[in-house]
Amino acid sequence: MGDEQGGYQIDLGNLAAFGPHHQFASVLDNREDLLKECISHGTKLIQAVADALFNLPSTEDASGPVVSLPPPSTKFPREKPLPKPKPLTSWAEFAIKKGIQNRKRDKRVFDEQTDSWKRRYGYDRVNDDNDLPIIEAKMTDEPGVDPFAKRRSEKRQRVEKQEKNRLHNLKAAAKVGALPSHVQLAATALPITGTQAAPRKVSKDELQNVAGMAATSTASGGKFDKKLAGEKPPKHDKKYRKFLPVVEGSGMGSLEKQQSDKILNKLMAKNSHEIFNVGKAVDMYNAKSDKKRRNQQGKSSSTSSKLKVKKSPYKNKSTKKSSSIGKSK
Amino acid sequence: MLRIKTPKSLRAKRELEKRAPKLVERGKKTLILHGTKTSNTLNAVLTEIYHLKKDNAVKYSRRNDNIRPFESGGETSLEFYSLKTDCSLFVYGSHSKKRPDNLVIGRTYDHHIYDLVEIGVENFKSMSSCSYDKKLAPLIGSKPFFAFIGEGFENVEELKHLKEVLLDLFRGQVVSNLNLAGLDRVYVCTAVSSNKVLFTHCALRLKKSGTVVPRVELVEVGPSMDLVVRRHRLPDEGLKKEAHKVPHELIKKKEKNVSKDAIAGKIGKIYVPDQQVGSASLPFTPKGVKRERREAKAKGEDKKHAEKKQK
Repeated sequence: MGDEQGGYQIDLGNLAAFGPHHQFASVLDNREDLLKECISHGTKLIQAVADALFNLPSTEDASGPVVSLPPPSTKFPREKPLPKPKPLTSWAEFAIKKGIQNRKRDKRVFDEQTDSWKRRYGYDRVNDDNDLPIIEAKMTDEPGVDPFAKRRSEKRQRVEKQEKNRLHNLKAAAKVGALPSHVQLAATALPITGTQAAPRKVSKDELQNVAGMAATSTASGGKFDKKLAGEKPPKHDKKYRKFLPVVEGSGMGSLEKQQSDKILNKLMAKNSHEIFNVGKAVDMYNAKSDKKRRNQQGKSSSTSSKLKVKKSPYKNKSTKKSSSIGKSK
Repeated sequence: MLRIKTPKSLRAKRELEKRAPKLVERGKKTLILHGTKTSNTLNAVLTEIYHLKKDNAVKYSRRNDNIRPFESGGETSLEFYSLKTDCSLFVYGSHSKKRPDNLVIGRTYDHHIYDLVEIGVENFKSMSSCSYDKKLAPLIGSKPFFAFIGEGFENVEELKHLKEVLLDLFRGQVVSNLNLAGLDRVYVCTAVSSNKVLFTHCALRLKKSGTVVPRVELVEVGPSMDLVVRRHRLPDEGLKKEAHKVPHELIKKKEKNVSKDAIAGKIGKIYVPDQQVGSASLPFTPKGVKRERREAKAKGEDKKHAEKKQK
């Protein structure tokens, strides 16, 4: 109430008194005196509020007199925007049109079969679908259809339809901005293309490959990239070329000798036709015939490219090399 | 592809519903925090404000380096904390050479900054330094009285703003029924000059007087400080209008055509509309007959009447 009481404005709803007409006669330097004057003047203002307050009609309560305060006259801003009224759902519109009233149903219903009171829904309910021992056949039933499965699938369809309707209602409410406070609509998967197909899930290996490619495309080859917790170290993080040490002894394990021996033996073995390696010849013949058979089978039945044995590229290269060396000779 | 997310426990659901916007709002909560550097006085001020508002305040003890309320980018942290703790009032304290013992009191609307007042604290006197009879100590959560003295609160814009903010900060819950026995405390604010306000917190003592209204006595109890208004930011007009909107349902409807008389009591007026005798609906309508026949019948009756009259 914005009453004027002895020159003060009173806001009873906030228990506040505003005394704008007071003027300090002299600017008091002493702080204590200033304080005392403030308090004494404050007392006068509060007395005015208390006058108005205690003159209101009061009811007696156990703890003391209770007074009904008028609404405050100074306006304050709200802390949150006003709630928007939610739009009517399609069922609500239909109900209003038809004049259907919402009747409250009892939680317990009397079950005639067992002569007892059972719940309407939940554990041990009346007319439970799963409890039916016998379903009588009707004239309209087809011979091969399982009636129990049919009932179950019908129920599933009904539940799905209800869920779809619920989502539709919530989307309509979210459009207006009147979503209920405890509900959030979250996107499960964001389609990049225009089609409605759900995106394929990426496997762990694919992700590792892509991460490796991204790492090697950096200027420092991915050596100094920060790795997340749980990410495995790169597969081949050492050097690809191995150089022998500069100074080395000439004993049994001398590396340079071993390296050169290895290369020479390989070359000689490829080009020497003196010793006929029977085992190797048989293996080569068998491999060739296997391949022929597999090709024939492959033509008759369609197999995907994934099932075909991949040829290693290195073998082709070595045969090419040997043929060229032979020619040079 | 949308998925409906609902809280898994009833407790979470209740918490979310508490924070949802409502027609009639619950009391505002306050967030008390401080910036990079604080002085001793400022620490004491913040703890005392927290004690005064123990019921509905949250105090953060860590320092927050990246909050600058008056700069455009420096309020994101504040808004985030306001969202997290569901507080729409905040008190941010900081101390620097340029602005010693600085307090920024701000309000949020929809968890975005609504308005700000920056005040400097001088001559701070804490609760512990005042000596008084311990029986008078005000209880936590009691509704306070306010006294605003001085013409500055009406004329100077900054002081008007400060008055609003102080009222909002300290007023407690808005109730319609108040127990008169629980009135404990008073906040006295005096506008000493155009930018300085003396702020004191006093306990209330009600003494017997002859009438129903008791005699009021103020005892200085709590913190008292000088507030120097430094900067302030008012809300922009559109936001202010939106924040002050009162929902249609809460506006009291005026009862029409009812008046009170001292002698007769409650009197109501009834307005009777004019009777249209010609086009009134008759109880007998010749239904079940085609329209032309019906009209012909009606005409025929008139003719018969006319004939009878002639005879």
